[in-house]
Amino acid sequence: MSTFLQQLVNGVTWGSVYALIALGYTMVYGILRLINFAHGDIYMLGAFMGLYASRWFHAAQDPSPVKALLVLLTSMLLSALIGMLIERLAYKPVRKSPRLSALITAIGVSLLLENGGVLVFGADPKFFPQLIPQKTIALLPGVAVSNQQLIVLVVSIVLMFALRMFVLHTRTGKAMQAVSHNHMAASLMGISVDRIITITFMIGSALAAAAGVLVALQSPKIEPYMGIMPGLKAFVAAVLGGIGNIPGAVVGGLVMGVAEVMVTGYLSPTYRDAIAFVLLIVILLVRPAGIFGKAVTEKV
Amino acid sequence: MSQLSVENLDVYYGAVHALKGVSLHAEAGEIVTLIGANGAGKTTLLRTISGLVSAKSGRVMFEGRDITRVPAHEIVALGLSQSPEGRMVFANLSVEDNLELGAYRRKDKSEIRKDRDAMFQLFPRLLERRKQLSGTLSGGEQQMLAIARALMSRPRVVLLDEPSLGIAPLLVRDIFRNIVEINRRGVTVLLVEQNAHMALSIARRGYVLETGKVVLEDEAAKLAANPEVRAAYLGG
Ligand SMILES: Nc1ncnc2c1ncn2[C@@H]1O[C@H](COP(=O)(O)OP(=O)(O)O)[C@@H](O)[C@H]1O
Ligand SMILES: [Mg+2]
Repeated sequence: MSTFLQQLVNGVTWGSVYALIALGYTMVYGILRLINFAHGDIYMLGAFMGLYASRWFHAAQDPSPVKALLVLLTSMLLSALIGMLIERLAYKPVRKSPRLSALITAIGVSLLLENGGVLVFGADPKFFPQLIPQKTIALLPGVAVSNQQLIVLVVSIVLMFALRMFVLHTRTGKAMQAVSHNHMAASLMGISVDRIITITFMIGSALAAAAGVLVALQSPKIEPYMGIMPGLKAFVAAVLGGIGNIPGAVVGGLVMGVAEVMVTGYLSPTYRDAIAFVLLIVILLVRPAGIFGKAVTEKV
Repeated sequence: MSQLSVENLDVYYGAVHALKGVSLHAEAGEIVTLIGANGAGKTTLLRTISGLVSAKSGRVMFEGRDITRVPAHEIVALGLSQSPEGRMVFANLSVEDNLELGAYRRKDKSEIRKDRDAMFQLFPRLLERRKQLSGTLSGGEQQMLAIARALMSRPRVVLLDEPSLGIAPLLVRDIFRNIVEINRRGVTVLLVEQNAHMALSIARRGYVLETGKVVLEDEAAKLAANPEVRAAYLGG
């Protein structure tokens, strides 16, 4: 029982990272009906931006929670700007083209970021400084949580809550919902659809960057291809929850994280990556619109 | 100078020539109607005026300003709004949120609230359902919401695309009465309708559009009496 609870704690922590990444997929899909395949690479860039930020703030020599927070926020901001550039330079020009062009563009951007990353950061793994020394907190006999895991959880929850408030209760958030419902009707309200799309990319990228920094805090080896697998799995998580649906992405991410940790613990670490695809196949067979998705016909 | 004028507009969808040199105008305070069969190009014309579709040639003038190349979201801010064909309410948002989005470009919070209350007075059915998701409203209620939402930007000209489409006859009468009231409060109305009878009964002037061309233009009463119009659009 305690093993199970421990796995659950680990799974939920890991799942909240997937959830943060999945939110970006689902928001961009909701607005543009585009699968942004470069999104996992933004997670990678987020980790590297965090690495640079820790150097600027000398966070490795003299770690403190305030500096860790600064590193997180700087990385989120820089990645949001990168997300904006990618949208403006790569996706906007093909927005009116057939969807296949956008898909190919997305794959191209992904390759560009990965190989550009090798060029700029180097192919060998870099060490992310330990911004917060690890401590273990016992919850129950046999069940413990590290302070780093707690940070991952708390930061994810705060970000998701902030996103929810933003989308549901602010003027721009409502405009975002309007655009995701119908571009034409949104423009008739005086909403600049282009601006909302840009904001969506920025928010999605900032969340993925936060995930990158949070993961780097715990497993400090970062390299340019580190975004591929988590990106793919977070995409599956978004599909699982119902792509385009924000709460769905959170639930999908948690399910994915827990499933992965359970499979690793109870079956074999060999199946760790396979479970994502098993889940994808199962959901596509059983409920293709996802857990929260409405079975609506795709509008083109 | 007319408040709104369309001059020699040509619009294409790829190879389809949807509007062929269309001209029309609306004077301040008028209700002008545009009637025509399905596929004549009425929606295309309204979309071009609103900046949603771009013209190949010709121009759209609004209060002395050439708005032909102005993006759709800026045209609303200039004082020209539209209730689109098929209503297009934001189904997953409440009635109130839909109205709030109609006022998206305005900053005057207290005035916005006043206008929203005025809309609830004009359309009491919306008041009863203010917290309801707009996707759960009936067709007629959605139409009222779409019109109210278009008015929330405080337009001086409003374009209404087939407000009677797919709505119970009793509600259609209500909606037309509302349109007259909106006009009485000083908003110029360009009304697109297939329900030519109702439209001509409230409009001052009218245009008949056939396959992308204006084929008739006259005072509404005269159009309603015109034998050709009667035969084609008023059921004889
Ligand atoms: N998005 C579009 N793409 C291609 N053709 C279109 C499009 N919208 C309308 N059309 C065509 O343009 C013509 C005018 O359509 P429309 O303006 O919708 O007419 P109406 O509103 O009078 O029924 C029709 O022949 C229609 O098939
Ligand atoms: Mg039409």
